[in-house]
Amino acid sequence: MADIETFRSETRSWLEANAPESLRHARGSSDALEGHWGGRNAEWATPDHKAWAEIMADKQWTAPMWPTEYGGGGLSKQENKVLTEEMGRLGLPAPLTGFGFTMIGPVLLRFGNEEQKKEHLPKICRGEIRWCQGYSEPGAGSDLASLQCKAVREGDEFVINGQKIWTSYADKSDWIFALVRTDPDVKKQEGITFILIDMETPGVSVKPIQLISGKSPFCETFFADVHAPVSNVIHEINAGWTVAKALLGHERTMISQVFGGATGARKGRGRLVEMAAKYLGEEEGGRLADPVYRNEVAQMEMDVAGFRYAAQRMNDEAKAGHQPGAESSMFKVVGTENNMKQHELMVRLAGPQGIGWEGEGFEDDELDLTRAWLRTRGNSIEGGTSEIQLNIIAKHVLGLSG
Amino acid sequence: MNLALTEEQQLIAETASDFMQEKSPVSRFRELRDSGDVVGYSKALWKEMAELGWAGIPFPEKNGGAEMGMAELITVLEAAGAVQAPEPFLSSVLLAGQLLDRMGSEEQKKAYLEPMIEGNTCLAVALQESGPRYNPAHVAARAERDGDGYRLNGTKAHVIDGHSADALIVSARTSGETAGEEGISLFIVAGDAAGVTRTRQQRVDHRSTAIVELSDVRVDAAARVGEEGAGLAALRDVVDLATVGLCAEMLGGMKEAFESALAHMKEREQFEVKIASFQALQHRAVRLFIEIEMCRSSVMAAARALDEDAANKAQLVSLAKARCSDAYVEVANESIQFFGGVGVTDEYDVGFYLKRARVAELTFGDGNFHRDRWATLRGY
Ligand SMILES: Cc1cc2nc3c(=O)[nH]c(=O)nc-3n(C[C@H](O)[C@H](O)[C@H](O)COP(=O)(O)OP(=O)(O)OC[C@H]3O[C@@H](n4cnc5c(N)ncnc54)[C@H](O)[C@@H]3O)c2cc1C
Repeated sequence: MADIETFRSETRSWLEANAPESLRHARGSSDALEGHWGGRNAEWATPDHKAWAEIMADKQWTAPMWPTEYGGGGLSKQENKVLTEEMGRLGLPAPLTGFGFTMIGPVLLRFGNEEQKKEHLPKICRGEIRWCQGYSEPGAGSDLASLQCKAVREGDEFVINGQKIWTSYADKSDWIFALVRTDPDVKKQEGITFILIDMETPGVSVKPIQLISGKSPFCETFFADVHAPVSNVIHEINAGWTVAKALLGHERTMISQVFGGATGARKGRGRLVEMAAKYLGEEEGGRLADPVYRNEVAQMEMDVAGFRYAAQRMNDEAKAGHQPGAESSMFKVVGTENNMKQHELMVRLAGPQGIGWEGEGFEDDELDLTRAWLRTRGNSIEGGTSEIQLNIIAKHVLGLSG
Repeated sequence: MNLALTEEQQLIAETASDFMQEKSPVSRFRELRDSGDVVGYSKALWKEMAELGWAGIPFPEKNGGAEMGMAELITVLEAAGAVQAPEPFLSSVLLAGQLLDRMGSEEQKKAYLEPMIEGNTCLAVALQESGPRYNPAHVAARAERDGDGYRLNGTKAHVIDGHSADALIVSARTSGETAGEEGISLFIVAGDAAGVTRTRQQRVDHRSTAIVELSDVRVDAAARVGEEGAGLAALRDVVDLATVGLCAEMLGGMKEAFESALAHMKEREQFEVKIASFQALQHRAVRLFIEIEMCRSSVMAAARALDEDAANKAQLVSLAKARCSDAYVEVANESIQFFGGVGVTDEYDVGFYLKRARVAELTFGDGNFHRDRWATLRGY
């Protein structure tokens, strides 16, 4: 205990001394996934954001719990919690985010060989390489294992031909982790290989897809005779499905964490209450004027609070040694639905101010909100649809099957 | 707050669950109902449960209790809820027992609390009157000074276990107007005292509640529990405790109803396959499973917040009760649907759960009541 308090006070003074003034308690973006992703063509909101990423990378705190030899901080769970709390106290943003940290990193730590870890993890920690995920194909969505993108071995290389789709940020990414078909003649799960491909390799091309939110965060990704060394295969050849599933677990956890508790019912008035008061008025003493929306706001806050206690229980039980089962599926469903319901409620609270697309007559926050609401419609699709999560729980937890 | 069970809690939970399954399957409650029993629970089983220490869980050792808290007690209540055990935990341990523990004199604890902890008696709190729903300040019953004592007049309704309780704690006004926050006092009255008339209310869940009429009931000053006029705050506190206790019972009930429906889905065949293979049913079942998991987390959080006297404890009580109220009814409705026609027969147990779900929902406030309370507590 004494140790952790020492760690806390040291962390606090270090952050006080090193975190750029301008980033403290700065207003966050409404899209929780929009952070700083680094990469060869990194974009920084301000020079201080760039400096912050470098300061934290030097301190090895961009991936606080990864082993130090790969650029991580080597912190314990408890220390990491303290670091998060202390960053929260100063209202600091995460220095770097992205699929490197949330998806491929954890998978490399578990399945990668020493060379692969040494090669890729430090670059993730320093924000030098940005990663994207090449799973889905036009014909392989929920039924991911039916994927067809083909890799044929030629000596020390695989030659890859085919197409991926819905590749988030492929146009901004440097490397892709992809699932490819290496054996077409076996059970579909058994002929898949997990491979890493540099997006600068000749034959890789991307084409952005425009979404209902007006943004183009994801792309079609094409592979035409793309050569990738066999040494880029993670785990065994034809054993990619195991890796793919492990990664999906991380992805679901990440999605539910990012979205599940966005507007918490903590101290003070939450965003929903602020909005209800602003757009629908309040009585003397602060009671919301509209009783129907008041009930809806309470319901929403309570759903979010309920989710938080459920997440806490899962963590506490994990600490007590219980092996988590299909929880990531459950949290994915509930977390994303909370986020979607919350955005719908905010749009309805804003009324006519909640339906602006661009231009005059709307505040920036209002325009952000409309776009953010549209973005949330993807939450119950990305990372495996809600229906697929329900299937997983039905089969593996409840034992309901054909 | 730690939301995982400690080893000790785990042990209590397992013991309680084994006991309930063995000694108190739902068939026992069915027999009580069918036999026209007037007590409403089994005195012998209540004694056995008390001997296992459960009636004394939250009370001081010097009164025969175990000095544990809600975190432990809810594991027992969950086990009781799973089998529809009607023993008087809510009325005796959480409502009356907690009032005595918090407000009672040493003599009152000796005379009433300790025998209850030993399982020899049942206690009830007569706080609700007809008309108002969940407001313990709505008290029209009056307590007028009469020499060195009081005379009580008024009518209470929906008194849980009031019909057979050995003693009742009654809320009555020593001053103020109906629904006023001031002037509510508490008195302990023997169930068979002169002037007390008790009529059993037949509610849909077949549990025992009563209308209690007080007509010039004479008590002496020593029967007052706590200071004169200081009853309301204590009543509100114990209602919160009982609410979480009820939530735990509801959790046990919804889980059991759900699991019985799952078992049925894995047995019953139509169209040459198990009905469990129909995705339309699978997804609905998973929704219920998720809801039950969410309820469990909220109930555990509320129990621990009460034990820790956390600043947001009232909020967490409302969180748990709103969720459990909505979920139990939903789980029961859906479970009946999964059973098909047999689900609406009296022969199948699932109907008991639906009935209890509705009663529990409308006891101590339903979802809308607790959402309103949550909003008020959070200042909007
Ligand atoms: C915002 C966003 C970002 C994404 N980012 C990436 C990325 O970076 N990389 C990547 O590889 N992919 C990405 N995806 C793709 C995503 O993983 C797929 O969209 C998803 O797996 C669903 O596949 P699909 O779109 O082909 O839908 P389909 O599989 O065609 O599903 C259509 C509908 O049918 C339902 N359905 C399908 N099968 C079943 C079944 N067995 N039982 C019941 N219902 C079923 C689905 O639930 C859905 O409602 C992203 C998607 C979104 C929305």
